[in-house]
Amino acid sequence: MLNPVANTAEATWQAFLQGKSGTSSLTQIEPGPFSSKVAAEVKGFDPSVYFKPKELKKTDRFVQFAVAASKMAMDDAGVDMTKEDPYRVGVLIGSGIGGLRVIEEQHKILLEKGAGRVSPFLIPMLIVNMAPGQVSIYFGIKGPSNCVATACATGTNAIGDASKIILRGEADIVIAGGTESCITPLGFGGFDSMRALSTHNSTPEAASRPFDATRNGFVMGEGCGVVVLESLEHALQRNAKIYCEIIGYGMTSDASHITAPDPSGEGAARCMLNAMKDAKLKPEQIDYINAHGTSTLLNDKIETLAIKKALGEAHARKIKISSTKSMTGHLLGAAGGVEAIACAMAIRDGIVPPTINYKNPDPDCDLDYVPNQAQKLKVRHALSNSLGFGGHNACLAFKIFEE
Amino acid sequence: MAVQDKITEIIVEQLGVKAEEVVAEASFVDDLGADSLDTVELVMALEEEFGIEIPDEDAEKIQTVGDAIRYINQKSATK
Repeated sequence: MLNPVANTAEATWQAFLQGKSGTSSLTQIEPGPFSSKVAAEVKGFDPSVYFKPKELKKTDRFVQFAVAASKMAMDDAGVDMTKEDPYRVGVLIGSGIGGLRVIEEQHKILLEKGAGRVSPFLIPMLIVNMAPGQVSIYFGIKGPSNCVATACATGTNAIGDASKIILRGEADIVIAGGTESCITPLGFGGFDSMRALSTHNSTPEAASRPFDATRNGFVMGEGCGVVVLESLEHALQRNAKIYCEIIGYGMTSDASHITAPDPSGEGAARCMLNAMKDAKLKPEQIDYINAHGTSTLLNDKIETLAIKKALGEAHARKIKISSTKSMTGHLLGAAGGVEAIACAMAIRDGIVPPTINYKNPDPDCDLDYVPNQAQKLKVRHALSNSLGFGGHNACLAFKIFEE
Repeated sequence: MAVQDKITEIIVEQLGVKAEEVVAEASFVDDLGADSLDTVELVMALEEEFGIEIPDEDAEKIQTVGDAIRYINQKSATK
């Protein structure tokens, strides 16, 4: 995992427990014309560790992230590809946007120098599926591969879909998650024009403030979160380190609006119910929810409503809910990957990460969001929500692993 | 020499190889690891640098570093 807080999963988790923010003033592009001037950028990433110079030039940053995060995840999982049947290993990594940076660079060349100067690498650099494509090449993975693109629900959908591929018996191991890097003039400008981004410019570390009454948008982020999913049988056979189990996956569509969530919260609620049904869990068994919690006015209010609908108001008030986007910013297509890792670590360590920058209660957001400080809690069952533009809702159910 | 040095520099940059590998008899595909897309990009970079047009039928004949140097020298002389 790579994200604005830290460039490894373990360092990120420690930062989460200390409530550290990864957001800062925008540096990757000129902040001049935009209303928002804050972003959550990955710092100090060195892609040359993973790519030869020639390959590096032909690989967009979102793909570099995917290869780097996959390598770290496979190392952590102790998977040795020379001992695996490559046809029984898969990769499902999605991205919300894809290679916007190279599109912008090459479009400029097209306008200034003409069509004859457009790079032959434009298409292989920009296409979203080059993330799983390059990861498969890097490891020699020859089993199932796919690229989910459901905007901000991408990472969660990818992991959910991958879990089903394993359950169907089509693979033993699947690398799954999401990657994103599109803090570019067009990418940032597009979200800025939607008035979707936080304008708390004078306090960048506190610009992402999910569920707080003064929230006014998300902080655009970049990064990558992937996990190594494995059938229990295969994991036990090779004596693998097991963080937790994925036992349920739900997805629904709002069928309401291109960007705004359905005001009733019905789509998101049904999605959580589907995940719990798939996991054979009752709402009363859920201990923790890693919320989508983007820090936009609408998301946090409607997600709160949806959680109450799905779990019942009484149980919704008992459980811990937090948004790690308060620290990472919103990693768009990568968010679900990073947040699945947060759930796995919470289950492993019996600690739930906080929602930082929470100061002012909002009557519309009246649940326990683990304000500002991590809390010890034995997490047996957790949910992770991701809700994407287009009305895509995805939810994963996690369970503590007990032999 | 100036043309040759410049071509070497472009090849080193485009193909990520060492300058000492860029010898006249080196084949772009067989010795310098270029694939079909690398070759297209390399030709574009040469066109850009020397302000010339290299038609596809000519580009196909440029197989080695020496071919490229000869072609550019010829083309520059008749420009």
